[in-house]
Amino acid sequence: MYLKKRFMAAAIASALSVSTLSATATAGEVEVLHWWTSGGEAAAVSVLREMVEKEGHTWKDFAVAGGGGENTMTVLRARAVSGNPPSSAQIKGLEIQEWADLGFLANLEEVSKQEGWDDVLPPVVADIMKHYGYYVAVPVNVHRVNWMWVNPAALEKAGASVPTTLDELWETADKLKAAGIIPIAHGGQSWQDATVFESIALSSGGPDFFRKAFVEHDQDTLLSPQMETVFDQFRKAREYLDPGFPGRDWNIATSMVIRGEAGMQFMGDWAKGEFTAAGMEPGTDYLCLPFPGTEDAFAFNIDSLAMFMQRDADNVRAQQTMARLVLSPEFQETFNLNKGSIPVRLDQDMTPFDSCAKASMETFQRTSENGQGLVPSMAHGMSTSSAVQGAIYDVTTTFFNSSMSSQDAVRQLASAIRAAQ
Amino acid sequence: MSQTLTSSSQAVRTPAPARSPADRIAQWIPKLVLSPTLVIVVVFFYGFIFWTGLLSFTNSRMLPSYGLVGWDNYVRLFNNERWLVALGNLGIYAFLFIVICLVLGLLLAILLDQKIRAEGALRTIYLYPMALSFIVTGTVWKWMLNPQVGLEQFVQSLGWESFQFDWLVNPDFSIYTVVIAAVWQSSGFVMALFLAGLRGVDDSIIKAAQIDGASRFTIYTRIIIPSLRPVFFSAFIMLAHIAIKSFDLALALTGGGPGISSDLPAIFMYQLSFTRNQMGIGAASAMIMLLTVIAILVPYLYSELRVKKHD
Repeated sequence: MYLKKRFMAAAIASALSVSTLSATATAGEVEVLHWWTSGGEAAAVSVLREMVEKEGHTWKDFAVAGGGGENTMTVLRARAVSGNPPSSAQIKGLEIQEWADLGFLANLEEVSKQEGWDDVLPPVVADIMKHYGYYVAVPVNVHRVNWMWVNPAALEKAGASVPTTLDELWETADKLKAAGIIPIAHGGQSWQDATVFESIALSSGGPDFFRKAFVEHDQDTLLSPQMETVFDQFRKAREYLDPGFPGRDWNIATSMVIRGEAGMQFMGDWAKGEFTAAGMEPGTDYLCLPFPGTEDAFAFNIDSLAMFMQRDADNVRAQQTMARLVLSPEFQETFNLNKGSIPVRLDQDMTPFDSCAKASMETFQRTSENGQGLVPSMAHGMSTSSAVQGAIYDVTTTFFNSSMSSQDAVRQLASAIRAAQ
Repeated sequence: MSQTLTSSSQAVRTPAPARSPADRIAQWIPKLVLSPTLVIVVVFFYGFIFWTGLLSFTNSRMLPSYGLVGWDNYVRLFNNERWLVALGNLGIYAFLFIVICLVLGLLLAILLDQKIRAEGALRTIYLYPMALSFIVTGTVWKWMLNPQVGLEQFVQSLGWESFQFDWLVNPDFSIYTVVIAAVWQSSGFVMALFLAGLRGVDDSIIKAAQIDGASRFTIYTRIIIPSLRPVFFSAFIMLAHIAIKSFDLALALTGGGPGISSDLPAIFMYQLSFTRNQMGIGAASAMIMLLTVIAILVPYLYSELRVKKHD
């Protein structure tokens, strides 16, 4: 009897070891849903593909073209509900938590411990990737949203100086206007309106105000006179646009700055790609500066890949391999050089990056160390659920495109946020 | 049409004494052939209407879930500024679109009916916009109405410096640009309907009226246009449902903007259900849209059926 038991145990053990052996030998497949389809981005993703394939796994691209990825999310939802989700998908911010709450995401505890992710990622970033303390997603890059892009030649022509506060900003804008140059290049789409609104809020109210309003949705803060000031300043920005702004895409607005038709644009660092593609040099042909009054603040927008639970053991292994590769310094460097963003690893060697990215990284490290000034971007889905974000979009964009008073806007904002929660 | 209907229903009603197997098969075949269609319609049309109705009473956010919340979603919906703007826009848009299309379509049809040369070519020209999708129409009109590259810029470059036509970027007027593009697209189709109706008017009545000394204008207003009543109804129903489900045109033309000034219920429904994880409220707005369609359809069907019985 005893012998028989021992024999059984040995048989099971050997069977198990054989199965694990064969599993490491066979290759898994990763299917990646993303919308990095434009030139530089596509090149960056193909680097990850090569790295995954070098490890012996196969890569299945599930790219859906179309900017913000609204269509993609519909496809993803249908596949997840039917029990056939891809290995990973480009999901970010609080949406990661929404998916994880529904039990769709895989636990990356093992690979995160092996690779020591907690040591290289800033806690703010890690928190977004974790669900109840376990990693369920990997960050790919960090964008800074509160940038100002300046054409120095245009400013010089108007005799204006580079603004560092909101008041100076309006002075510069007045001078540009007087010189016949469009002061602010802007595209009237709700997310772009929200991007400008967010930068103004961060400048006028400071990071604590920002956090209270857009992360905690504190009703007192939302209804405060400070919020009214933010709306007043936002209204002021409206005076410095050209009549053709509604519906304009952000890259068209960037090209206005590139051509010198407009003096400034307020947009995240993905705009840098447009300047680079136009053959312009940072610091001389164009300036990348923090939005006036937000030198010590960093509104971050992090792209990430959420990992979906897989049934096949080989695919799980392939998935974990990919998660490891995404955070490898090598991929972080290539991807972010192409995308215009900065790596998420605090220990990344920044030598190959340009001055804009270095400045961005410096602020990122500084603000994440002292815990002040690093705030999640509201306009880019990092600070709130998509329902609340949508509610804020509706109010800000309506305000920007109508004659609504700031008092009404404040009231509407507070009630819209409460209704969407 | 009504003749064949009554005769066939009589045939069904009369009890057949003894039937051969061939007769029985012949009787079953139509039902058999129609049944897949029926199943598809019941499941994918009425089934999904029912499901949407159910979802509108649940707390569904990103994915469907079934915690019942009563009328909560409807209350939230009608407290939402944006939904009210969208509904108001639909009212303006649907009214103008239907009225202008009907008037313009009728006018074009009457003019084309004057036995003119090259009627076939002209008819094709007016009908052609219908062949384009609303996305294409929206994109083309977006360029034409853009003050910096389109019509305004063109007229100004001709020398009329003060010319202004900035409806597309003016929040107070943006919804009217959607009307313009939609009318351009659909009035040719309405014209074709009316033209067919005009050709169906009995020539002898018109001749009799002419002998009685009726003027051309009187003939049109007293005889021809009143006899087009059924065409008015079909055109109205088609235009009404095009208006209510309008989505792609406004999205391509204005994107609902500037701001939310040209938002329509269909755009609202899509965004809340699929991009803002508010499926419950999205479903509620879809139900309101359905009820709007029903509110238009039921009186129409009622009046049509009553007329049939009258005959």
